[in-house]
Amino acid sequence: MTETLSPAQPLVVEEGEEQRGFAGTNVPRKEDKRLVQGQGVYFDDVKRHGMGYAHFVRSPYAHANITSIDVSKAEALEGVYGTLIGEEVAALTDPFFQLATPPGAHIKDYALAVGKVRHVGEPVAIVVAATRELARDAADLVEVDYEPLGAVTDARRALDPETPVLHEEAGSNLSWEGVYEWGDVEGAFAEADHVVKISELHFDRFNSTPLECDGAVVEYNRGTGQWTIHTNNQFPGFAAIMMGPAMRTGLDKLRFVTQDIGGGFGNKITSHPQLVACCLLARKLHRPINWTEWRTEFHLTMSHGNERWFLDTEVAVKADGTLLGFRTKALDDAGAFLRYEPLGGVIWAQVTPGCYRWRNVRLDFTQVVTNKAPCSPNRGYSRMQHLWFTERMIDIVAHELGLDPVEVRKKNYVKAEEMPYTTPNGCVYDSGDYARMLDVALELIGYEGLAERRADAESRGKLFGFGIGSTLDSGTNNFGQSRLINPELQFSGNNEVATVKLDIFGEIVVTLGTTPQGQSHETTAAIVVADILGVTPDDVNVRAGHDTYWNSHAGFSGTYASQFAVTGLGAVKGAAEKLAGEIKKLGSVILGCPESELELADGFVRMKANAEAALPLMACGAIINANNAGLPEDLDVTLNARYVYRPPFELPDVERKYGNLTLTYAAQVHAALVEVDPETGVYEIVQYAAIDDCGKRIHPQIVEGQVMGATAHALGAATHETFTYDAEGNLLTPNFYDYHVPHAMDMPPLKTGYIESPSPFTALGTKGMGEGGGAGIHAVCAALQDALAPRGRPVVYDSCNPYHRVWELLQDPEASRRRVEVISK
Amino acid sequence: MEPQTSQTVTVTVNGETYEREVEARRLLIHFIRDDLDLTGSHVGCDTGNCGACSVIYNGQLVKSCMLLAVQADGARIETVEGLAPEDGKLHALQQSFSDHHALQCGYCTPGMLMSAKALLDANPSPSEEEIRKGLQGNICRCTGYWNIIDAVKAVAR
Repeated sequence: MTETLSPAQPLVVEEGEEQRGFAGTNVPRKEDKRLVQGQGVYFDDVKRHGMGYAHFVRSPYAHANITSIDVSKAEALEGVYGTLIGEEVAALTDPFFQLATPPGAHIKDYALAVGKVRHVGEPVAIVVAATRELARDAADLVEVDYEPLGAVTDARRALDPETPVLHEEAGSNLSWEGVYEWGDVEGAFAEADHVVKISELHFDRFNSTPLECDGAVVEYNRGTGQWTIHTNNQFPGFAAIMMGPAMRTGLDKLRFVTQDIGGGFGNKITSHPQLVACCLLARKLHRPINWTEWRTEFHLTMSHGNERWFLDTEVAVKADGTLLGFRTKALDDAGAFLRYEPLGGVIWAQVTPGCYRWRNVRLDFTQVVTNKAPCSPNRGYSRMQHLWFTERMIDIVAHELGLDPVEVRKKNYVKAEEMPYTTPNGCVYDSGDYARMLDVALELIGYEGLAERRADAESRGKLFGFGIGSTLDSGTNNFGQSRLINPELQFSGNNEVATVKLDIFGEIVVTLGTTPQGQSHETTAAIVVADILGVTPDDVNVRAGHDTYWNSHAGFSGTYASQFAVTGLGAVKGAAEKLAGEIKKLGSVILGCPESELELADGFVRMKANAEAALPLMACGAIINANNAGLPEDLDVTLNARYVYRPPFELPDVERKYGNLTLTYAAQVHAALVEVDPETGVYEIVQYAAIDDCGKRIHPQIVEGQVMGATAHALGAATHETFTYDAEGNLLTPNFYDYHVPHAMDMPPLKTGYIESPSPFTALGTKGMGEGGGAGIHAVCAALQDALAPRGRPVVYDSCNPYHRVWELLQDPEASRRRVEVISK
Repeated sequence: MEPQTSQTVTVTVNGETYEREVEARRLLIHFIRDDLDLTGSHVGCDTGNCGACSVIYNGQLVKSCMLLAVQADGARIETVEGLAPEDGKLHALQQSFSDHHALQCGYCTPGMLMSAKALLDANPSPSEEEIRKGLQGNICRCTGYWNIIDAVKAVAR
């Protein structure tokens, strides 16, 4: 069903370079053996004696003052161990540190609601009991009195004078705003032959809904004052920075442990409020606490993707289709609290021009809070919204000016020979060939035979459409970009840690700082280590998951933002090379020859010239660890190497909002064919192609798996997945019954393809990948717009187009057309 | 008289018989996971949509979150832990899932495997359409299903 197109030759190959080792081969995935047997250990599989189960009492109101909370009936129930309410939280902790400048900086955010609730589902109290069922029953006995307030659910109304204010301390619902302008925007519009105006585009609210919800098993050690947090939080470095100061404790008191995580997609970055609540309960109730979030709770409260409006957009275009620049007003709906926000207000700038060469851009960014679940990263975080907007501009311009969307892209894509390419805001696209990728996509989708397919569909009474989505997956953040949001923040650069040791019986043991959720870190790390130490991946034991006690983590450790192949494997490579150096040093002492004459191969350190003069790695491990008498005093060898990878970043220029914000740029070009029923708006994606370029692929099958997963998420988001709220702030899609994710029946025929443009900036030529840029969302929007064109040329203005929205476009194309205007000289 | 809130349940899971006192309102999935400590089957939703808890129950595929434990009294249940024929050897479906990279995070995998097994038990030579139908009660958020379908296809006769 899936076919992979392998170009005869990768795009960039070092002349005379010889492929050796396991990198680039599909070795069996190390994680699979336990996972296919049900032997994985996810946090909820961790059991502790006397453990209590936590259940959250949640707000039924979108916006209300809490006038009283009475937990006495719940506490009186036999088997209930205790409760926690907001007042206690406010006494025992400080509000979470805010990344924003004022007014967002004034927002007070605690582990539980204090005095007021601001979205449906906000945690108000917690009951802990002997069983899950009892905790749930007891939670129903908690009596909370509310004084309901008016709600704001439409970001466009959030700053109106009559709109209720969520956070009085902030003064209004504005959380952050900033103006970005690069190049000569006025000049571009003066030079333009056409100005295409688009009054309003909307990127819908959804998230990738990992199948395992959030949770933790938290233990408190009274003697040391330390918490052990078995959790599926995917960015422990960030959680610790948020939790420590709030809990008034040092970071060493917070031990994060994870083995297997049931999907994350960014949605599990911001569980720190709930983790704080569990920590308080473990200490208060003298027992381990299990918190396992229910699906409906996840949908109501956790990590929605940023909803964004693009208002009053103008695009400057030359008569020949050359794109000169654009200006727009981005309005971002952050939901009720800023848990990772307002970082979304700058993250988009990693991909300011998308794949295109336009040099003149102005974007006024405004972020507001609303009575909806807090937003946090979701696969493609903030760039996806901006890239969708960029691609929508391209296709709307092409349609309005009668240009071919393929030709407009080819004309305006950044060219392969311009790489590395510095964008108008100082980001550096490391490598790539977007036009070539588009050619591969067109080949796979059957572009040559499109007229025939269109005629066939039309003969069956269907509308036929073809669309392209070309996006970037920027990876390895320079956290210095946070200073464009708040110059006072003391974050910059990035890092990741790995250790590689050679133990007493020759075991090669790797630890990572990352928290994989299906990204196969054990496998790819083993490949990199095996190739450096001259062994096989089977010889390398990569410990599963993350543990603060391994001491293999740093401030940015975690698994997020498309970076493992750069930061994680960079750390692994560094540690393995350090260990290889030490093995050679020891080998030179034992074998009596200079290190330069030694090599590591087949499980030995041996003389290049004489393979018989060899020392097994097992012997090296034994000598250093257990048989070291007589070794030279100055031999500095531990066979336990730790390496911190640090990407080469400078601080961005805060004044100009200029600098390199990410190290690598993987690229995606997707193409979709759709058939639409003109009577009902029901449509089907009848063929799909996904082309990816993430530089050097350590394990092609794993890369393709990530491409497929990102494609599925994008198709879900494009067609059905939406967190829709009513005017009172009730979430209408609070679980999988109403929130429609793709099923096996929904997946279109898929062809995948790739090119390899190694990154010149990374140790292995790899690029971070996995998030995937959301190319599918745009490909579907573009295909729909193409398909509907014969019916009054409606404009697809929303990122999510369920059948009813397509039907609306068919019924009243003029309503959507009023959003677009072309002014030509 | 107080209503009875717990009951003794006897079930056979993967060939082993267990007798446990269980709360009347406990779901079968929580009984399997928490009381029997067979944590291979998972919970991914609270509405019966996701299929992560799928087990084979008296020869029939069920979502074990849609049954109470007390209903299972006397039942014969197969879970992912019983799939491999012996220690150190994988079931053909398990091997095929690994070969085809049909799993990433592995959270849906146990339920997906049980659905695939039930499908092939009933229909050893399913068409692709039948495979898709057979798996449509199971949500996977990592793979997009393509590799899962290929993995099942490879085991089908």
